Amino acid sequence: MYKQESEEQKKYLQKLKARKRLITALRILLLIFIFVFWEAVTRFNWLDPFIFSSPGRMLNTFIRLYNEGSLMTHIFTTLWETVVGFLLGTIFGILIAIILWLSETCSRVLEPYLVVANALPKIALGPVFIVWMGAGPVAIITVAVTVSLIVTVLEVYTGFLETDSEKIRLVQSFGANRKQVLTKVVLPSSFPVMMNALKVNVGMSWVGVIVGEFLVSKAGLGYLIVYGGQVFQLDLVMTSVLILSVLAALMYFGVQLLGKWISEKY
Amino acid sequence: MPAVTVENISKRYHTIDGEIPALDNISFEVSEGEFIGIVGPSGCGKSTLLSIIAGLLKPSSGQVSIFGEKLTGVNPRIGYMLQRDSLFEWRTIYKNVILGLEIQNQVTPDRLEHVEHLLEKYGLINFRNHHPSQLSGGMRQRAALIRTLAVNPDILLLDEAFSALDYQTRLAVNDDIYKIIKKEGKTAIMVTHDISEAICMSERLYVMSKRPGTIKMSVEIKFNQENRTPLSSREAPEFRQYFNKVWKELDVHV
Repeated sequence: MYKQESEEQKKYLQKLKARKRLITALRILLLIFIFVFWEAVTRFNWLDPFIFSSPGRMLNTFIRLYNEGSLMTHIFTTLWETVVGFLLGTIFGILIAIILWLSETCSRVLEPYLVVANALPKIALGPVFIVWMGAGPVAIITVAVTVSLIVTVLEVYTGFLETDSEKIRLVQSFGANRKQVLTKVVLPSSFPVMMNALKVNVGMSWVGVIVGEFLVSKAGLGYLIVYGGQVFQLDLVMTSVLILSVLAALMYFGVQLLGKWISEKY
Repeated sequence: MPAVTVENISKRYHTIDGEIPALDNISFEVSEGEFIGIVGPSGCGKSTLLSIIAGLLKPSSGQVSIFGEKLTGVNPRIGYMLQRDSLFEWRTIYKNVILGLEIQNQVTPDRLEHVEHLLEKYGLINFRNHHPSQLSGGMRQRAALIRTLAVNPDILLLDEAFSALDYQTRLAVNDDIYKIIKKEGKTAIMVTHDISEAICMSERLYVMSKRPGTIKMSVEIKFNQENRTPLSSREAPEFRQYFNKVWKELDVHV
């Protein structure tokens, strides 16, 4: 890399920066447009605000819930269920993938079970968990874990198997045992795959928790959505969905930052 | 005492469809400090042979001895260099170079000093905190060699170690690696399908037959020059004669 930049290079960098700014600006404009459009069509009664809600009504609902003091309870309930479900699903998923990698017999035996478990809509197990664990957060978290667990196992295990065999040979030629092959080659080289699984799991855990809350709960955003639907309060439903998407996005970026931080550190 | 003794090695691979004989009754000796080349048509089992000497693969029969001691598995006196440099892109050059020491639990101050010395001597000291992608192909290969030398093996096995490089780089890396191996006084066994590379680097050359691989011919390579290097050998008048001799023996058909 040359320290001294030519005019051409400067121009190129400026162009790059300008383009980046344009994209960001357009993104924000699109968001504003959607909300303004939504507000307008409901305000002029082209769409019924009672059914479609509107940004203004959502804001009012948000403030009302906040003042009633119940908003934070709902958000917090859903959030902690999701975070716990996410962590458990990811950690156990990676652990099971490691066990499968360590024992080929084990992975061959379990293969058909994993395939079926993957194809099965995990939500179907919801009622079972409720009977087993009671109508509470434990059942909800279990639903969230089952939704993300199998995908994690399969994805991470496939990543492990794709490890460059020459790198494995190399460490074996130094006399590495199976555990060293795992820690020196397989795990670090599968880091991008694991990060990807983490990102997918963010979405999965939200699905699991919200569905869990649909089935059984007395608090949480999923509860608000179901309740709002039943009493025909679409403002409540839309507000909850909006809060949900903001939270999911925040969690996704958090995971992304974590990945960046880890890969920079090592 | 020879550095490496290979006695009556045979190897068969087993598949559902049957057995495939890969190596048939191979024997030879390598003296300490010698540079041995093994050439053969592709699929003749030369890499299999090297894996057996490295202790990564068990022969179906026969045995390998290292300085008179029967080989039972991976041996720290043997260093193995593979086709690609296989540097870990998530590690810096320094971290890559000490990989073998980490695995063998040998990260001691005097070993690290040795590594430092090697990096210094072979011009990689300023790249110690770089990542492999920031280095040229030749430097990467050199880093891979230092990684092997860091655990201080007596015998180096080179398995098509240069075949992933482009031709020009390869000529330069041949020269570079050869000089380092000689300077460090290591015994080397190199497997390649490149006849020129084999002739210009080895002192003795074994030509292998098609599968199942046997040793067809052994050639003593001598050039009338002092301090031969792979590059100077390529210019020697005897080079062409050796080339023709090996070429005939390899019996290549398209």
